[in-house]
Amino acid sequence: MSQLFTETVLIAIVASGIRLAVPLLLASLGEMYGQRSGVLNLGVDGIMLLGAFGGYYAVLRSGNVWFGLVVGAAVGMALGLASAVISVTLQAEQGISGIGVFLFGLGMSDLLFQKMVGTPVPITSFSDVHIPLLADIPVLGGMLFQHSMVVYLAFAAVPVSFFVLNRTTFGMNIRAVGENPEAADSLGVSVTRVRYATVTIGGTMAGFAGAALAIDLGIFQQNLTNAAGFIAIALVYFGAWRPVGVMAGALLYGFVNALVLQLKTLGIIPRSWSDIAAMAPAVVTILALVVVAQRFRQPAALTKPFTRGS
Amino acid sequence: MKKPRFIGIAVLMALALVVAACGDDDAADDTTAATTAATTAETTAPADPFRIAIVAPSASNDLAFSQSIVDAVDVIAGEMGNVEVQVTDGTFVVEDAAAAIRGYADEGVDLVIAHGSQYGGSLAEIAPDFPDTAFAWGTAADTFGLANVFSYEAASDQGGYVMGVMGAALSESGVIGIVGPIEVGDAKLYVDGYAAGALAENPDATVNINYTGSFGDVALAAEAAQAHLAAGADVLTGTAQMVVGAVGVANDNEMLWFGTQANQTSLAPNIVVASQVYHWEVALRDIVSKMEAGTLGGEVYSIDLANGGIVIEFNDAFDLPADVLAKAEAAIAGIESGAITTG
Amino acid sequence: MTEGTRAARLRKRLGAGPRLAGYLVPVFAVVAALIIGAIILLRLDANPIEAFGEMLSGAFGSSDALISTALKATPLLFVGVGITIAFRANVINIGGEGQMVAGGLLATTTALVLPDLPAIVMLPAVLIAGIVGGAIWGAIPGALKAYYGVNEILSTIMLNVVAVQLMNFLLRGALIDPAEIERGTRIPQTERLMDSADLPMMFGSDRLHIGPLIAVLAAVAAYVLMWRTPLGFRIRAVGLSRDASRYAGIRVKRTIVLAMTLSGAMAGLAGAVLVFGSESHRMVTDGSTAGFTGSAGFNGIVAALFGGLHALWTIPASFLFGGLLVGGNAMQRAIQVPSALILALNGLVVVFVVSSDRLRRRLLSAGPDLAAERAPPDSDPAGDGAVAPEGDEP
Repeated sequence: MSQLFTETVLIAIVASGIRLAVPLLLASLGEMYGQRSGVLNLGVDGIMLLGAFGGYYAVLRSGNVWFGLVVGAAVGMALGLASAVISVTLQAEQGISGIGVFLFGLGMSDLLFQKMVGTPVPITSFSDVHIPLLADIPVLGGMLFQHSMVVYLAFAAVPVSFFVLNRTTFGMNIRAVGENPEAADSLGVSVTRVRYATVTIGGTMAGFAGAALAIDLGIFQQNLTNAAGFIAIALVYFGAWRPVGVMAGALLYGFVNALVLQLKTLGIIPRSWSDIAAMAPAVVTILALVVVAQRFRQPAALTKPFTRGS
Repeated sequence: MKKPRFIGIAVLMALALVVAACGDDDAADDTTAATTAATTAETTAPADPFRIAIVAPSASNDLAFSQSIVDAVDVIAGEMGNVEVQVTDGTFVVEDAAAAIRGYADEGVDLVIAHGSQYGGSLAEIAPDFPDTAFAWGTAADTFGLANVFSYEAASDQGGYVMGVMGAALSESGVIGIVGPIEVGDAKLYVDGYAAGALAENPDATVNINYTGSFGDVALAAEAAQAHLAAGADVLTGTAQMVVGAVGVANDNEMLWFGTQANQTSLAPNIVVASQVYHWEVALRDIVSKMEAGTLGGEVYSIDLANGGIVIEFNDAFDLPADVLAKAEAAIAGIESGAITTG
Repeated sequence: MTEGTRAARLRKRLGAGPRLAGYLVPVFAVVAALIIGAIILLRLDANPIEAFGEMLSGAFGSSDALISTALKATPLLFVGVGITIAFRANVINIGGEGQMVAGGLLATTTALVLPDLPAIVMLPAVLIAGIVGGAIWGAIPGALKAYYGVNEILSTIMLNVVAVQLMNFLLRGALIDPAEIERGTRIPQTERLMDSADLPMMFGSDRLHIGPLIAVLAAVAAYVLMWRTPLGFRIRAVGLSRDASRYAGIRVKRTIVLAMTLSGAMAGLAGAVLVFGSESHRMVTDGSTAGFTGSAGFNGIVAALFGGLHALWTIPASFLFGGLLVGGNAMQRAIQVPSALILALNGLVVVFVVSSDRLRRRLLSAGPDLAAERAPPDSDPAGDGAVAPEGDEP
């Protein structure tokens, strides 16, 4: 047990937890916008996968990680827009259409990879950015301030999202549309336009999250996200549709995963129990909600399409 | 509200078309193993071709488990000439694999290869329905007492042992990390062999083993490698398709890597020391000649270092010290002669 | 303008045969999806006409094909029937995958622990064990939602993760075939389960077991439950309005738990049928849920919604969706395109059909929209993202 409490190991656990949290956080924040305006998008994982392939392929061809992120986000934006057409304009049942998008992304990303790349080829990855001064703080510096730029971007998205949702007209419209679309409509807010915007933002962030994952790992393969998109959706509920709550959920999930991995590595959790230990992130996430016993209500219009005058 | 809806459908279709159009900008390597083999068969020989079908759980170009059998069948097809090869890959759903196995047998394929240990239970029920079809099942060591089932396995513990010896000899910290998926089958065999080799070379070495709990979670495998790094490891290995994530971490942190199932040098040319590579054609060659002689099964094949089915492929770009190479060669010789047991 | 008058206007504008047009909408949607599939096929140098021919004949072209389709449809139907119950109570159960695994595990364990049960007891015992396993895995998120305010989408997604690890833990440990340890191959599977637990075959076939029949019976039972019993009425009432139900004296929380339990039970039964009706007659893991379930926990949701959340309509919907899956695999085998294409194609079909659903409903105007029917969960006053506790039961 004493091996656990060395500086190196503790720093590694926290840093690892943060890295694991980043794709979840990005995708989850994006999904939050859509849900806050009343649209549940279950297709996040499919969008992440196509964004991941897009980002991977762009870096493979260009060698530029930023270009990869842009391509991933663009792919996500296109699929977000398509999802908006499906859920908002065509008013498709939201749970089911998302499953369709997920299946499409899962298959299409693999098909494109097989046809355009073939066997896995490594790509350039992000380099770590040591934040001046902060990175030199003992222990904390290594945990928090020696990450890639994407990590800082992801966490910067939390206060930005908070600001957008709570301090801007757009954010007010999102909340109004999610709570009472009829009232918002009567006040001249275009429900359709707001929902198109939020679902497209969600797709863009999911595509970006997928690209960030693929580029960080420096590789793509079939089903790279391994259902991370579904975990991201769950974390929106964990965070009760609030940016800080979503961040707390992503960090909790990431940290528990990282801790379990380190405990297994050091042999503190015996190998025969490795599967049981792997349940920990999921179980802890549920228990945390039970213990905190928060009773946030979901946006009243979530999953309900809006038709003017009905 | 009607018009926008149709516009919506139009937009949706347009988007889908765009995605479809991206389908193959440069489908240079469009020709799969299956089609090349099939076309050569058609052009060279008018006689009925010998038909082989492969059912495999992951992509046939995965640089790992599934690719190893597809490559081997290609070798056999090249040697025999008039062979038609069909592949159903990505069949991780066991019942779908069973349907594919049955489908190929129904279509009159001569040899159906069920390349996944999880397919065995289904094969045991299907094979008796097709007494004139030969089946091969791997990786496994059981033919269910059936006359038309071969099985094949790899002594992956042998390659693991040899590379474990090298890993322990190369490690400066004396800490070695292994990333595994779930402690089962071929993965367990390899991991245990590697650990045994490392401890034989350096009894004081620390071998940390981490089963992540998933064959598919690349990000988790990457973080498992990070955990090994924090625990002081400077030599890593791992098995199953998610280890590509761990290879990346090893590369970034200049840890040494040992690969298995396929030659993984291309994933990290600077740090891959060696890879254990499976040559199933050693077993397949004998299976085919048995079939030509009228025997459709009943044999268990194990590829290993001695019969050439397992080969340690070194990375030429890696500057392996001569004494370490000598240790590896000694281990190989010892295993082949039976002087060393890998358990 | 209400939906009704709008539908009437639309019908009038379209003139004769709007109902027929309504029925044809999903067909057009599928065709549209397949056209995109055809374009991809062309780019893969495959002949789309040949491909879709293989697909059709692989799914429906022979008695063997029909049997395959029926078997593939069985877990979809079970899960779909469970979904019709949960969704009517306004609970989104996306935990079908985990519930199938839980059902399969408990059924398998029962068969292994009680190998000597006489055949007549054995089969009902393992099927009931499957029901119980799934019911437990459904009741947990139900209770967490009703009593602790934990959203069911979160808990079911997390419980899917837990279920897969539990399956791997048991199949490589307590439940593993002893021969696998002896041989040292350690394949994570049980021994072949006893013959007495094999699902009996129907119509003299050697593949068509009674699973599809049980699934159809389950669909009928769910229909009766939902539309002909007080319990069904309560579930639907809770789905329409929790507040109104509460005033009417319905125990809302208990009803929610019950709906999730029933939904899980159906998925659990699917898991049991998958084990005892499988080719291998054992439970085996490849390390993922999908390897066991074939993603039926998700695809069943699709089938249920294709069936309009109506248990009986879910029967043909499952059969058609099962045909799509079986046909896709047959096409892959026949023309050797990557199997990833089949997945993408399934996704497209789902998206197109569900996207056209609203139009179909309006043309048929055969009942209210799904979405409109699933009324607000709670009509608490709207605030700016306010925090409002869920009211306690009276």
